[in-house]
Amino acid sequence: MKRQILIGMVLPVIVGTAAMAETAPVAVAYEEGAVAQSLTGMPGNPDEGANVMSNRGLGNCVACHAVSAMPDVAFQGNVGPSLDGAGDRWEEAQLRGIVSDAKMTFDGTIMPSFYKVGPYIRQGDAFTGKAFEGELPPLLTAQQIEDVVAYLMTLKE
Amino acid sequence: MNMRLLAGGCALAALTLTGLSATADPADDTLVVNGEINMITHTEKAPDYIEGLSEQYSGWHFREDDTRVMQADDFDNPGMLGVEAAMGVWDTADGTEGKACASCHEGAESMAGVRAVMPKFNEEKGEMYTMEMYINQCRTERMGAEAWDWDSADMVNMTALISSVSRGMPMNVAIDGPAAPYWEQGKEMYYTRYGQLELSCSNCHEDNYGNYIRADHLSQGQINGFPVYRLKDAKLSSIHNRFKGCIRDTRAETFKPGSPEFIALELYVASRGNGLSVEGPSVRN
Repeated sequence: MKRQILIGMVLPVIVGTAAMAETAPVAVAYEEGAVAQSLTGMPGNPDEGANVMSNRGLGNCVACHAVSAMPDVAFQGNVGPSLDGAGDRWEEAQLRGIVSDAKMTFDGTIMPSFYKVGPYIRQGDAFTGKAFEGELPPLLTAQQIEDVVAYLMTLKE
Repeated sequence: MNMRLLAGGCALAALTLTGLSATADPADDTLVVNGEINMITHTEKAPDYIEGLSEQYSGWHFREDDTRVMQADDFDNPGMLGVEAAMGVWDTADGTEGKACASCHEGAESMAGVRAVMPKFNEEKGEMYTMEMYINQCRTERMGAEAWDWDSADMVNMTALISSVSRGMPMNVAIDGPAAPYWEQGKEMYYTRYGQLELSCSNCHEDNYGNYIRADHLSQGQINGFPVYRLKDAKLSSIHNRFKGCIRDTRAETFKPGSPEFIALELYVASRGNGLSVEGPSVRN
């Protein structure tokens, strides 16, 4: 309820300034690990989210997490907890915070930060092994984060 | 909200701790090579100076049945082809001095025990030396021959030959005295979270061995089996080549084979396996 009120207050601002509609990685406001406000101001697309989660070139979330709702995705990992029922266990704001930067919720977790731009130790140019100069783009875009969150919210038991 | 976050955190920690009791246990199996070399591939207790490990497992335990079987017989182990090739090189003179390895060392069996203590502080040179460096020291200073590149076939094959005659002996690298600063540097690297994925060696190989990242069954990252014949590459791979690939896969700027960083890391990781048998050349995915 509180969250809805907050979104209601923020929304007119976003509409008013189109250029600021997307929250930059450094501007994401974490509150006890959770992120109340949509990073895009738009609802995520759960179908796209499922793609991001299972695609090795995108989120590849299934590398570490099992999702029973994706029976066609082979070799789901078990480094992280199963995501079955994630939409029951967590609120949307919490899921957004965990997907964006899980270390804000679980201190020291192995889970990579998907909406962060550093600083990193010896940041590389993707998987080339070579250095990357300048500011790295985050692992996922704001829209992809929202899509993943939308998909996770469908995982109810 | 706080309660819920706490519960989530605890659940995650519990999962990590009990990961091994799930479906991903290291295979309960013993390795005897050629029916005569009894390999220590598992110990109940890691050395005291390795705080993060209770028991030690060779990477052999994390591979599939057919891969494990392949290592048990030299006729089935494709890494032994590299050993054979190196046997020919061992006896062949090279360089301005007209010497072969055999000129000074006689048979390669005379190298028994060498692999178990590598890397080792070279008193004469005043620095930590890996087996590759000792081989090149022989080539350039005694034979008058060209140094081999770290990851050349000649070099990796020769390390396979020299390892093979130590198979079954327990790894026993020294970490004290002049080795201590290298060991400390390697340890610090082991726990450093490199790259955009912010992954340390320990994240996968200490906290999560036995678990799966997609189809990849995470091992303890032990190096007692090196050089390893990797089925996916269809060739032997050096320790530093494997390190290079691992750090690259964290989306980091990796280090070069033969770099001071990898020499230090090799010493530290080797010490995590002190007590496991030398297996090289082993067979892995």
